[in-house]
Amino acid sequence: MTEYVSNMGDGSRFFTTRKQALDDIGAGVGNAVDCTGVSELDANEIEHICDIICCEDRVVGVKPGREVVMTEDFGANRLGIDSGTCGNGVEIGRREGSLIFEKSFSMDTFELGHTDYSIKAVKPIIAHEMQTMEQMQMLMTIPLLYGAMPNMGLYYAPDGPYGNPADLMREFKIEEAMEAAELAADHMADDIEFVSVKMQEAGCDGFDFDTAGSAGDGDFVGTLKGAARLRKARPEANIIMGMSGENVLGIHGSIEYDGKVVAGMYPHEQVKLAEKAGVNIFGPVVNTNTGRSLAWNIARAVAITRECVRKADIPCHPNMGMGVGGIPMSETPPVEAATRASKAMVEIAKADGI
Amino acid sequence: MAASGIGGMRAAGDLVARMELSKNMRLDDAKRYVAKKLGVDPFDLSDVYMMREAREKLDIGVVTAMPNASRGIQSKMKIEDLLDIRINCCDNYRARMKR
Repeated sequence: MTEYVSNMGDGSRFFTTRKQALDDIGAGVGNAVDCTGVSELDANEIEHICDIICCEDRVVGVKPGREVVMTEDFGANRLGIDSGTCGNGVEIGRREGSLIFEKSFSMDTFELGHTDYSIKAVKPIIAHEMQTMEQMQMLMTIPLLYGAMPNMGLYYAPDGPYGNPADLMREFKIEEAMEAAELAADHMADDIEFVSVKMQEAGCDGFDFDTAGSAGDGDFVGTLKGAARLRKARPEANIIMGMSGENVLGIHGSIEYDGKVVAGMYPHEQVKLAEKAGVNIFGPVVNTNTGRSLAWNIARAVAITRECVRKADIPCHPNMGMGVGGIPMSETPPVEAATRASKAMVEIAKADGI
Repeated sequence: MAASGIGGMRAAGDLVARMELSKNMRLDDAKRYVAKKLGVDPFDLSDVYMMREAREKLDIGVVTAMPNASRGIQSKMKIEDLLDIRINCCDNYRARMKR
């Protein structure tokens, strides 16, 4: 029986047969349906994923005419930073780096971001970021957004003014933990409004809220509130919201946005709240399981993302990186796995971009 | 990018992106809109040969360092006209140039 080179969710190589790949795809879709309530993939879609997995070419791609828009996060810091954030450690200025991404790497859009890449850290250096944005807008042609993580964890002790819910819950101070999350969410929304409106004043093409919900449901609500305030203050702003994980963690448990408890929401539910907040492009996340095969992870990611794309009234750009979107959890994802995940996400989930 | 990207300024990726961002257009609608403005088929938007010629003719920015070609904000002001959209930094620039 023919064996095909494939990868596990940690990036390691293994060999699979077409039958094994089909079994893994079925199991991955089944897991997606069980976990998130999305609908099954049909037989043609499952065969299509199997064809992609079992293609004997090392690198695959979408059919001509099916190409999609590329957005990204972290900007040119990606080249310079080497602190556990998968950067290359190649010191280069953000202006030069951005032009390299535009002219040499052919990005469709790009963004400026601070090395810490958190809203709270940007606030005290906003003037520096504004003047850099102003200069870069003179040089760049592709849409140049500003990007930052809401990162509500920085508003909790010991880094911020509010009690840390994890510590408070260990002491059975549940009410205090919930209150801390609510206060931190409101504080973060204030900072998001300040930073994003200032960057818009500097001529920014828009704002990318990256890894929304990283500190749980309060983080997601605070980000939605901040995005809504930006939309109200600067109606022309182009807003992207990318999630941090597939499921909104219920650290608070009952915090709401637009009358809905956000804890436990999956991408096809998250996108509706993002639309309500005035977001233009939504970035759903599906986490990779390192102990499962590429076929299992791609099938699961495609099933969950397809439902989000179907339910959305705005473009969806699924996060496709190290450990999300079916791509292995590795700092150096195998190109054969990354291109297979990318092709499946575009051709089957019908993503508007990546 | 190589597997599924339109190709940025090598092709028409930045133009399609602007329509997704500014008008919430889904991918196919954004491609149709840009293609109509360029007078081409949506299929051609990732054709680097055709798009290079179109970009040079319209002077809306190319990836290579070509002398006497618009770049940066100059290109974006022409992209505003081409796509019938407003770009924030161009508005800022016009506002500051008023004397």
